[in-house]
Amino acid sequence: MLSRVAETIYWAGRYMERAENTARLVRVNSHLVLDSPKGISPGWEPLIWITGLEQEYFQTYKETTERNVVKFLISDPHNPSSILSTLVNARENCRTIREILPRTAWEKLNELYLFAREEAQSGLTKKGRDDYLDGIITGSQQLNGLLATIMYRDEGWHFLRIGRSLERADMTTRILDVRSTDLLPDADELFESRSLESVQWIGILKSLSAYSIYRRKIQVRVSRVPILEFLFHDTLFPRAFAHCISSVEESVGMLPHNAVPLKSLRRLEVKLRRKNMDALKQDELHQFIDELQLSILRFHGVLAKQYFLPHQ
Amino acid sequence: MPIDLTEYDPGRFYDETLSGKNRARSYSKELIRLFRKMDEEELTARQAAADLAIKEMGITFRVYTEEEGTIDRNWPFDIVPRIIPKSEWDSIEAGLIQRVKALNLFINDLYHDQQIIKDGVFPKEVLADSKNFRPQCVGITPPSGVWAHICGSDLVRDADGTVYVLEDNLRVPSGVSYMLENRQVTKRVFPELFETYAPLPVDDYPTQLHDMLTSISPRKIKRPEVVVLTPGIYNSAYFEHAYLAHQMGAELVQGSDLFVDSDDCIYMRTVAGPQRVDVIYRRIDDEFMDPEAFNKDSMLGVPGLLRAWKAGNVGLANAPGAGVADDKVVYAFVPDIIRYYLNEEPGIPNVPTYRCMYKEEREFVLANLEKLVIKPANESGGYGMLIGPNSTKAERDEFERLIKRNPRNYIAQPTLGISTVPTIAGNNLEPRHVDLRPFILSGKRTTVTTGGLTRVALRKGSLVVNSSQGGGSKDTWIVPDTGN
Repeated sequence: MLSRVAETIYWAGRYMERAENTARLVRVNSHLVLDSPKGISPGWEPLIWITGLEQEYFQTYKETTERNVVKFLISDPHNPSSILSTLVNARENCRTIREILPRTAWEKLNELYLFAREEAQSGLTKKGRDDYLDGIITGSQQLNGLLATIMYRDEGWHFLRIGRSLERADMTTRILDVRSTDLLPDADELFESRSLESVQWIGILKSLSAYSIYRRKIQVRVSRVPILEFLFHDTLFPRAFAHCISSVEESVGMLPHNAVPLKSLRRLEVKLRRKNMDALKQDELHQFIDELQLSILRFHGVLAKQYFLPHQ
Repeated sequence: MPIDLTEYDPGRFYDETLSGKNRARSYSKELIRLFRKMDEEELTARQAAADLAIKEMGITFRVYTEEEGTIDRNWPFDIVPRIIPKSEWDSIEAGLIQRVKALNLFINDLYHDQQIIKDGVFPKEVLADSKNFRPQCVGITPPSGVWAHICGSDLVRDADGTVYVLEDNLRVPSGVSYMLENRQVTKRVFPELFETYAPLPVDDYPTQLHDMLTSISPRKIKRPEVVVLTPGIYNSAYFEHAYLAHQMGAELVQGSDLFVDSDDCIYMRTVAGPQRVDVIYRRIDDEFMDPEAFNKDSMLGVPGLLRAWKAGNVGLANAPGAGVADDKVVYAFVPDIIRYYLNEEPGIPNVPTYRCMYKEEREFVLANLEKLVIKPANESGGYGMLIGPNSTKAERDEFERLIKRNPRNYIAQPTLGISTVPTIAGNNLEPRHVDLRPFILSGKRTTVTTGGLTRVALRKGSLVVNSSQGGGSKDTWIVPDTGN
């Protein structure tokens, strides 16, 4: 497979996943804000630095009002990671490799892009927001399902899967980061904060479609450490960090000349396994998440050096 | 209301399907019978079905518009096929093979001894002014001496029924994918006619193209690596590049995918490391192909490509420099070229052509601008032309200036009364002008597509068939002669 084509598919995978996860991120924050009492709500600003888009944001906006942040994340063309921008990018990428994607997948992606564009206005209203985000998530899931059931399992598939899984791992850490930023104290210092805290953790789990499986497999009561344990270390839940990384590893394992990328992945896994979730208080959680995101970035560099076109 | 052909009037033009109002030509009888049984609703419904199929199949071409920039547009297609009886086609085919053979001998001669110039058949000054002569190619002999492996020659039929060659496209002719896709669409729209007519199939073109490309591989191995080199998705023919690569099971590459190593061989960058490339079907013009040898600013090409080709390490179709014969002044000499190299009379005549480089011919042209079509030597796609009868005084003055400034760059031809074919207009059939572009493949042997791409000027009275300027296309049927 041509290096350029591999890179294009990889980015198509990342963009498609980013659109879905940005929708999940906005949704979890919406619910978090609704469930928080006045004065204690984290508001919308954290989403900007969680997505690492401070620079882009403050070029256009002064204040981090709900309307501004939601617009920035949903449809702002100046934000390269807005839902609409990522779908534009995914579509442009796939346009150059149409022979490699199944035709129905291309049509589905087109449909999703058109939905994102045409419904963007209604997605900016409080009333229409949930429907819009659901539309993005469902569309992305349908696309995933199509690809999973009809795409030929050659190198193209593996680069797509690597892109998707890496992006998903990255976004799972970002969604968790929402929790690390809120103003609630960690421990059981305040009796009344307990119920609020569990509401917020339930929000996180739901945003990752993890709530019912968590209750079934881990425990009925939601609490911090088991949740972190589950979302970082579980190897069977598809949006858990460890599972995403093992998907990447599996696909890299199918590629030629994979020794260096595999080594880089294993280092990341060791770092992950050794981390004790008990010790992750607010600041440490945020720091650990930063480290994981950096590891992903480093791995991307290794992958690009091994397989993609050299950039002048 | 049923389809009414009693008022169908091609005027002074030759109509390919009817020989007079309501009178079908012998080979069109079944087609016309079908239309007579059809009402307007059914006709438009079938056209709508074709348009939908084209949308679903994603058959597009790229155009640049002021308002929207570069956009993908659905391929405009008219469902009424254009029919040519096989006996006539056979002689056209023979004429095309003869023509391309002579052109390849001519190009090879120009890059070697230039015997044709020494013998006074072809003027030296035409070559000296040629934009497409590549001094870098002098002395090279590509495999089998073939330079123009893929040629698209445009044919037109005049009012008296004579078929002429209007021009030869020897650089990167496009349109063959639409010929193939048009047939797929027509099969969906008129299945009943395929039973009656059994038009000869067109779909072995990709196989023939692949065979030809394989045959010019310098390495004689079982499965040489053949690639299609495209300028990228913003090229107007990108659809075709992707289509042909897909049909041949070849990689579709861009310049950045390829590099020339210290062994002067071409490699493509793959995830498994560099992989040797044997043959490149390039859809990039000479000038942009290799920044090392030609245009230094080209971002599309592969540095060192010409070096690798000259070293005999890669097959290139078409060969660089083949475009020297794709020049409207050279065109005027093709009948002489055929006589010179093959000692035969041309099977298909040229359109009478006035060469502005010659004083007498130029004076005639300047005195008759409003009657002639003026063409620049090296443009394609119908650009930079003056169509005398439809021109304004200002346009004619502009062309007079252009011709006087650079006479070598212009030729003129009489406006041909090019033939018509019934075409859907509103909900009835009206005559529209057509041309025909067959594609000729030359390797060890020479083959011609069965028919070719019929392009149709969809606007009433228009003679411009280019898709970038309001043209559409039709399926072309070569059918066994009637009487069987």
